[in-house]
Amino acid sequence: MAITRDDVLHVARLARLALREDEIERLQVQLNAILDAVGKVSELDLSDVPPTSHPLALVNVFGTDEPEPCLPVEEALANAPEREGDFFRVPAEGA
Amino acid sequence: MIDTLRLTAEEAMGLLERREVSAAELFAAYRDAIAERDGDLHCFLTTVDEPSHDGVPIALKDLIGTKGIRTTAGSRFLEGYVPVYDSTVAARCKAAGLPVLGKTNMDEFAMGSSTENSAYGPSRNPWDPTRVPGGSSGGSAAAVAAGLAPWALGSDTGGSIKQPAALTGTVGLRPTYGTVSRYGIVAFASSLDQVGPITKTVRDCALLYRTIAGRDPADTTTVDLPAPVEIPEAEDLRGLRVGIPRELNEAEGIEPGVKAAVEAAIDLCRELGAELGECELPRSVEYGMPCYYLVAPAEASSNLARYDGVRFGLRVGDGDFEAMQERTRDEGFGDEPKRRIMLGTYALSAGYYEAFYGQAQKVRTVIGREFAAAFERFDVLVSPTSPTVAFPLGARTENPLAMYLSDVLTIPPNMAGLPGLSIPCGLSEGLPVGLQLIGPQFSENTIFRAGHALERALAFDPVPPRLAGAAA
Repeated sequence: MAITRDDVLHVARLARLALREDEIERLQVQLNAILDAVGKVSELDLSDVPPTSHPLALVNVFGTDEPEPCLPVEEALANAPEREGDFFRVPAEGA
Repeated sequence: MIDTLRLTAEEAMGLLERREVSAAELFAAYRDAIAERDGDLHCFLTTVDEPSHDGVPIALKDLIGTKGIRTTAGSRFLEGYVPVYDSTVAARCKAAGLPVLGKTNMDEFAMGSSTENSAYGPSRNPWDPTRVPGGSSGGSAAAVAAGLAPWALGSDTGGSIKQPAALTGTVGLRPTYGTVSRYGIVAFASSLDQVGPITKTVRDCALLYRTIAGRDPADTTTVDLPAPVEIPEAEDLRGLRVGIPRELNEAEGIEPGVKAAVEAAIDLCRELGAELGECELPRSVEYGMPCYYLVAPAEASSNLARYDGVRFGLRVGDGDFEAMQERTRDEGFGDEPKRRIMLGTYALSAGYYEAFYGQAQKVRTVIGREFAAAFERFDVLVSPTSPTVAFPLGARTENPLAMYLSDVLTIPPNMAGLPGLSIPCGLSEGLPVGLQLIGPQFSENTIFRAGHALERALAFDPVPPRLAGAAA
């Protein structure tokens, strides 16, 4: 199940990472080595075993539905890279 | 004169209560120690000048959100990030009157076992500055070992509290999953991340755990503790059934000096009255690491999607929105987060989900069952915390898999949500060895009791000899 260069580019695209050329080459080698090691999990026949997604058996945790003050706009925007009025400003899609 | 190298948090509390020192004097003593020694050790990324409260000062790992104090998670992405709200654990420390001394260095986004993945440079081990302090909570552990803080909080996903505690001769608790709130903590792998104490003694560890533990309405994965936290006083282990899992104690790569120190501690358990027996975790150790390196990166790839250059943190470039996002993420993340995002995204992608992520979740069930079976016969399981003592800086940076193996003994109980305590149990080559005590979920009182009795009997000197002559 070797990872090809195209696989690396596809996954980088899914993960929104613009990798540099040297990173693409290095990650291809490293991901192959790591996947070889972690692929060990497929040795086990676990068809009858249920998955664990969470270590505690919590079911339906409800909270009280009471209005509370939320973060003021100024604080919510305090760490914004760029703002315009009361909004986060981002570059245009497909610009 | 306050000797910060030896003073425990409990002793510091006593000094304050008896008004032998003022809170300002205590805070200043640690600030002086930081000024004297942190230039070499680089435990802190940010320090606080004035105490905010009148209690025993504390250092917080730099992924614990602190209102008004920069919180970087060891990443360039968050270099200028100043939270506008407190994490629940930071709020609980404040409510207990603990002033924050500063924020400690860590592997970027808690991904690593040495602090060498910090975007701000590594921390160094107070026992030997050519060696790593472990990670990812290496700054917190080194700060406590070097007397730069009486106690600290770290976080543990695969071993990030227990392993650095072992490598620095400190005490570290990875709590039962769900007992400490993750609200306001920079997220890595949400089904595994837990905040916990790093201290000089087991009693300090229990005191700090009591301060931070308990259900938080802001984190629905938290639960109420089934019983109040007890500050341990036991001097023996009579009636305690101690299991020695063969695979955790005979794993490949355990150094002979580590094995010898742990075996001596196990002999001491018998002398203290514990009933000893062997047990097996046939698949938990062999498959634990592969399982972890699928589950944790998968969750990380999802959690780290929030770093998109829009709401907070770094933004690089303008023009097209997607180009901005991709450039921001390429420049903001270091090598290790990128590797894990790529690995996790791959493991979750169409065609591979069942074979990798789905299968890893089933392995997690197997691990939980194996531990449950062992706890039918035993109250506590013991093993080395880390297969090796502190390793030289640079020794594992070129080989990600070698670095990942640092956590081979801490990962299995973490996958099952179990609490684990690391206490120093001796030296190998002049460097501390950690003993891992694992209990069933919510058994913190039991492992504190066992750890405390062992700590008393072991009489380990937590002060690094090269600092012992230095005045604080």
